[in-house]
Amino acid sequence: MNRIQPQVSGLSSEFFDGCNEGVLRLQHCKSCKAIQFYPRVFCKVCSGRNLDWVNASGKGNVASFTVVRKALTEGYKAPYIVALIDLKEGPRMMSNIVNCEPELVTVGVGVRVVFSAWSDTLSLPVFELSNEK
Amino acid sequence: MISLRGKVALVGAADSRVGIVPDLDANELCADAILLSLADAGIDKDQVDGLITCNSMSKPMLYHAEAMAEYLQIFPRYCFAAGAGGGTTFSILHHAASAIVTGMADIIVIAMADCLSSGLSREQSLLVQSSTGHPQFEQPYGPTVPAYYALIAHAHMAKFGTLPEHFAEIAVACRAHAIQNKTAQMRDPITVEDVLNSRMIADPLHLLDCSLVSDGGAAIVMTSAERAVDFPHPPIYLLGVGEGHSHEHISQAKSLTTSAARESSKQAYAMAGLGPKDMQFAQLYDCFTPTVLLELEDLGFCKKGEGGPFISSVGIGPDGSLPVNTHGGLLSHCHPGNPGSMFALTESIWQLRHSAGKRQVSNANVGLLHAQGGIMSSHTTLILGRDAS
Repeated sequence: MNRIQPQVSGLSSEFFDGCNEGVLRLQHCKSCKAIQFYPRVFCKVCSGRNLDWVNASGKGNVASFTVVRKALTEGYKAPYIVALIDLKEGPRMMSNIVNCEPELVTVGVGVRVVFSAWSDTLSLPVFELSNEK
Repeated sequence: MISLRGKVALVGAADSRVGIVPDLDANELCADAILLSLADAGIDKDQVDGLITCNSMSKPMLYHAEAMAEYLQIFPRYCFAAGAGGGTTFSILHHAASAIVTGMADIIVIAMADCLSSGLSREQSLLVQSSTGHPQFEQPYGPTVPAYYALIAHAHMAKFGTLPEHFAEIAVACRAHAIQNKTAQMRDPITVEDVLNSRMIADPLHLLDCSLVSDGGAAIVMTSAERAVDFPHPPIYLLGVGEGHSHEHISQAKSLTTSAARESSKQAYAMAGLGPKDMQFAQLYDCFTPTVLLELEDLGFCKKGEGGPFISSVGIGPDGSLPVNTHGGLLSHCHPGNPGSMFALTESIWQLRHSAGKRQVSNANVGLLHAQGGIMSSHTTLILGRDAS
């Protein structure tokens, strides 16, 4: 059984194309310079409609996390870590923290993006612990 | 703005059987609860001219309220189904009160039921409820419903030093209430150690920090304060109501540790002209133990960050200074999904009628009810009382 696949459509294709290229792309407002996630048809700060995309650093910190002990479906192998990541550029996103023992994760710890294959055609951003604050 | 204070009253209330009810489906349970609530109100179904329901997960219908009206052969002039997750119950009450004041209906029935235990497999139930997550940017990472609330719990622990023991005390208090309620699904006493020793589901939430998976339904009858005095039971008046809607997806919440319960309660207190200290009991949405702790803070029963110590010192069990979830709550009474808070509502009506039997809170004249839906997303606070003025 597969993990849940996001439907790639409309505005979001720019984000998912980036993932497949190994780049975390975020939407950027040309008017007020705000950076936002998830992608929208307008800037949620200034309501401007003139948006483009920037490459994010891929660095962030854990805003909160949990270790899922009972998996959502058979597509997921418990235990796995679901976390909210505060990206260096500002936006918060949900993701998994991979390649580490759950005991090492704390609120505030530094992480960096890596990309993980979710299907034959799509990779998604997940995070691993970095040694930076 | 027109104040709804004292303008409408609850004149009928009933629960269906709850827990595991394999012999009736969600819509049959809904009909059952409606008929029971009409009997409690002493009226015939033909007197109902407003019906509000919410859809079920186990037996969904596209036009739920209309289909329920048809099933019951009632022909209302005001009829709709609403959806705001666990917050639906009380936001519907807000809408119904407005509809009565503006003349859209004279007698409104609010009814909800679902069968998450008998009508869905464990896997289906888990999956359908977790679909509250963002389909593109959250769900692929496999968050379960407990996981969403665990994110809130960990954030609160990191910021304020809240302990798993504090969350466990909430589960213990709800169970202590449930022991006094014959209809509650879980009635064996539990201790803080029992909670902490129960299986970890999503750190820091243990099995006993999580609400039940149940079948069940409930219904209430609402009318204007003028009409309410003609019904057999003492009317229970709506004194205050307010809502706050801050996000849907937890990754978009402005804060993980402060919720829109602040905004909803501020409006409800202002309308009622009352504050947290005036409440003899509180029914607080307890899909997972941390929600009660945040709600105690955001509703003003204690300062932000002091929810844990408040629970330990003041007490929210039957002998506590602030009894919370006097029926046992979603943690120990029953939790059939979106209808969950209906049971907090019917319980509050019985508490304020002074007909709650063994679990009656002494001098219960005013109580606060709070529900939230999504992941601490949609909030509605109600204040109900025995007296209209």
